[in-house]
Amino acid sequence: MNAFFMIVQRDLLLVMRRKSEVLTALFFFVIVTSLFPLGIGADTALLRKIAPGVIWVSALLATLLGLQRLFASDYLDGTLEQMALSPRSFVVLVLGKITAHWLVCGLPLLILAPVIGLQFDLDTAALETLLLTLLLGTPVLSLIGSIGAALTLGLRGGGALMSLLVLPLYIPVLIFGAGAVYAKSVGLDVTGHFSLLGALLILALAFVPWVSAAALRIAIE
Amino acid sequence: MTAHTSSPPFATQSFQATDLTCVRGEQTLFANLSFTLTSGECLHVRGENGVGKTSLLRLLVGLAQPEQGQVTWNSSNIKNDYEAFHQGLCFLGHRDALKEDLSALENLMMYAALGAINLSYESALQYLWQFGLRGREDLPVHYLSAGQKKRVVLARIAMQGAPLWILDEPFNALDSQGMQGFIGLLENHSSQGGITVFTGHQDINILGLKVLEL
Repeated sequence: MNAFFMIVQRDLLLVMRRKSEVLTALFFFVIVTSLFPLGIGADTALLRKIAPGVIWVSALLATLLGLQRLFASDYLDGTLEQMALSPRSFVVLVLGKITAHWLVCGLPLLILAPVIGLQFDLDTAALETLLLTLLLGTPVLSLIGSIGAALTLGLRGGGALMSLLVLPLYIPVLIFGAGAVYAKSVGLDVTGHFSLLGALLILALAFVPWVSAAALRIAIE
Repeated sequence: MTAHTSSPPFATQSFQATDLTCVRGEQTLFANLSFTLTSGECLHVRGENGVGKTSLLRLLVGLAQPEQGQVTWNSSNIKNDYEAFHQGLCFLGHRDALKEDLSALENLMMYAALGAINLSYESALQYLWQFGLRGREDLPVHYLSAGQKKRVVLARIAMQGAPLWILDEPFNALDSQGMQGFIGLLENHSSQGGITVFTGHQDINILGLKVLEL
């Protein structure tokens, strides 16, 4: 557990030293979501309808931007080797890195989402649902994304390949995340959506750290 | 270089490679390579560029798997218990493994935490000062010269206090004073019963040094 907190703390410290990389992803999220109301105009009914999808797709893409950095710098300067050779559990260290990525690239989206929601004229109930789906869904995005980041580590043009690998795997999260907000707005029951998102999160938490750690071991061999 | 003489010597250790064969692509770099090192011994791996020195070290630490043969640490195959093996290992790869955005002190503290070592702020400073980094402790590492970065790495090796050192080109970029300091560190390590395997093109004179020509 110490190793987990240590690596989270270290990664957050590194982010603080180089804020621009993270802010890029967050501004990307804000700008892409703001372009839609500007492009479509003041048709509030239409905006309300497309809001969940637009916000979720932007969240997927913003997470993807940050993913390339997840293991790359540690790989390039040799720190990843040292982690694999440390007496600490490599899986725990990998999970710590994924958690730090979520804290930096996923959590801020939750904080920004209410402001973005205003642009789409979302009411409080829909906003609450959106926040809850983001809370359950963005950790899954970071977890699944880490597999892609680990598999494409050290490849030339790995960024594009990673997007191709990871985006299809994001589809279930997108469907249930955006679907819940839409269902709520038309008055349907959303517990099913939340259960499935929760199940995806638990499943990803249970398996992904091991898969990513194995992929990283192959990358540093 | 005398700060370590007080630490207790290591228990008797042995590190053995048996019939190692390394294949890269279609090329066999070396075959049937064997050696045994016991407490206090130091192995200098030499050879031309591209002959497989780095590959050998990566096999020895378990980052890569040999085509044939095995590596044993205290008479158990390292594959069987990586965690126990890594507990006693300090590896220096051909990259410095320092975070450029963190200071020398923060890097050292990070490695202490990674190795589950209790390191106080004061003793971390001591290690850095010992390698001539007084006044540079709080500078981000990317402001340091290549030689100074290497000194931070040496401070890390000294701090970890592992019985087995596997070092890839530890002398690169060091000035003569840094070399002297490092040789002192190696001798001290051997006298405490530690085992060292290192590569490098320089001629090194240490008591009890074995040389392996690839």
